[in-house]
Amino acid sequence: MSTAELTSSVEPGSTTRAWRLPFSPWHLVLAPLTFVLVVPLLWMVVTSLQTQGEANRFPPVLLPHDPRIANYADAWHTAPFGTFFLNSTLVAFVVVVSNLVVCSLAGYAFARVRFLGSTALFMLLMATLMVPFQVTMIPVFLIVKWFGDNVSPYLGINHLGALMLPNLATAFGIFFLRQFFQTVPVELEEAARVDGTSRIGVLFKIVLPLSMPAMSTLAALTILTSWNDFLWPLIVITNTDQMTVPLGLSYFQGAHQTNWPLLMAGNVMSLVPMVIVFVLAQRYFVQSVAGTGLKG
Amino acid sequence: MAEVEFRGVSRRFGDVQALHGLDLSVADGEFLILVGPSGCGKSTALRLLAGLDKPTSGEILIAGRPVTRLGPGERDIAMVFQNYALYPHMSVFQNLAYGLRQRRTPRAEIDRRVRETAVLLDIDGLLARKPGQLSGGQRQRVAMGRALVRRPQAFLLDEPLSNLDAKLRTQVRGDLKRLHREVPVTSIYVTHDQVEAMTLGDRICVMSNGEVQQIGSTDDIYNRPANTFVAGFMGSPPMNLVSGEARGGSVRVAGTALADFPSSDRPVIVGFRPEDLRIDGPSEASTVPARIDFCEPLGSHVLVHALVEAGGPGSDATPTSVIAQAPPGTSYDSGAAVGFAVAPGKVFVFDAETGQAAPPARDHVTTARPGSPS
Repeated sequence: MSTAELTSSVEPGSTTRAWRLPFSPWHLVLAPLTFVLVVPLLWMVVTSLQTQGEANRFPPVLLPHDPRIANYADAWHTAPFGTFFLNSTLVAFVVVVSNLVVCSLAGYAFARVRFLGSTALFMLLMATLMVPFQVTMIPVFLIVKWFGDNVSPYLGINHLGALMLPNLATAFGIFFLRQFFQTVPVELEEAARVDGTSRIGVLFKIVLPLSMPAMSTLAALTILTSWNDFLWPLIVITNTDQMTVPLGLSYFQGAHQTNWPLLMAGNVMSLVPMVIVFVLAQRYFVQSVAGTGLKG
Repeated sequence: MAEVEFRGVSRRFGDVQALHGLDLSVADGEFLILVGPSGCGKSTALRLLAGLDKPTSGEILIAGRPVTRLGPGERDIAMVFQNYALYPHMSVFQNLAYGLRQRRTPRAEIDRRVRETAVLLDIDGLLARKPGQLSGGQRQRVAMGRALVRRPQAFLLDEPLSNLDAKLRTQVRGDLKRLHREVPVTSIYVTHDQVEAMTLGDRICVMSNGEVQQIGSTDDIYNRPANTFVAGFMGSPPMNLVSGEARGGSVRVAGTALADFPSSDRPVIVGFRPEDLRIDGPSEASTVPARIDFCEPLGSHVLVHALVEAGGPGSDATPTSVIAQAPPGTSYDSGAAVGFAVAPGKVFVFDAETGQAAPPARDHVTTARPGSPS
């Protein structure tokens, strides 16, 4: 239904008067939903421009009397935000690259290579998706501690390696890419093999170039997850030098009082890169969800 | 160019035996057609030859060299797929050049061969385009070009015309014949279309249920079918096959003796092609009585469908449908009684139990003369 018609009662032979909304009726549902979703973000931005007094006032101040842009500079200097951003960027970069490489290899193997136990192994992998992080965080902590003690200190507790190591590949990433690779026509891979391409060459020269929507989607989702991760960094990082942005924002939350304007300013600054990532990657989200529709 | 050989090649998928001990030789430069219905094993045989699958048993040789354990890229063969399988992210030039690049051919050589092949196939104006910007016929030619440019020892074509419309299919069929005349590479062509099979190949290999039914030239397959499957599969419309009997030294259908056939009395299957039938009145000598079902005018001729009571008029046996080819303008009322006369030497006899062809039947002394319908 794209338009709604509201008609007055009609007598036979009389003129019908059709009332039409100037927009789809779905907007009547979407507009309030959008409002509900956008209001917290707007409130965050408004709070970031307020003074502490305005932020603590009730009822809340909708428009600051004198927008305080300096909050952003204050937030940047109060905590080592530059270090936090750098750490988050480094961790996100390594995790994304690793996921793209490892998950594409594993996903391709599960999609196209027949080996003993592949189905059982894949089912086992999928089963791990149902295990909540809270169940595994202590064993993962112990494993990371072992790596730090026995392999390299940079992989251990209180180092960025501890943030990267457990996230170098994810079951979701493997599943996601496996599903996508299965949509690539197998004849393309067979044609490449007949043309003399090796098995791994088929992945890199044929399948991956056709999988850019899925790879971009996985990269964007991985960046978002890594950037916003709070609980795991909270567990393994105590040094300020190794903190990431979500952890660093806790600087503004004191034992007795929270500096809301600076906290919100920090939040807005941490949000900007993710908004950029999402805007750049959003068409790939749609493409990868809709499927490739590739035909040779 | 090289000869290709299958020696006792079998392929089993679980409980399904897709190929039963295939023994087949393709001579150097020959264009061999593998034809048969879906599931007969022809595509399986092609894939085994390409190295895209491994046989359960048997050996495959190309130019006398065993290739069974070699990967697809090591066999020096090129393949044209049913849906072309062009790399969508590469231009036409890159598609053509891809196989040569994989073999580390010098760039200048790649450029020369790609352009030569493009001119040969009349796609030199399309080299910058992507496959998504091409028509079906153009994609077809690019797919063939990608195979041709490599100058392989053998071409494998897996139903390459099946995605084209009828007119384009006819045109490309002609192009393929001309191409093979100019570049006589050993070619194995898989199709389920018996018209393609008859027009394109030097030899035809008819397959069914994973087994070879008959290998021969178009003339062999059409005029000397080895069994009822080949007789009924090849030809459009296919050969009419009706139950008959060998009795008293002749072969009979519905009690009518059609040809001399020295044999013990036994049931047989009698075959005759639609174009070898003449429609006479129902009581003419040596004609098989039938009732008209319907007529199909096709412009150049009319296909007359009729029902023959193989057990004779009034028998309880289910009538057999028979098709006769008649000149244009022929028309009969449904239910009209007619008689079919078979042209001399055109009666085929098959064993009723095995379906295998019996020695050719000789003309019955009173077989009606060939000629136009009454």
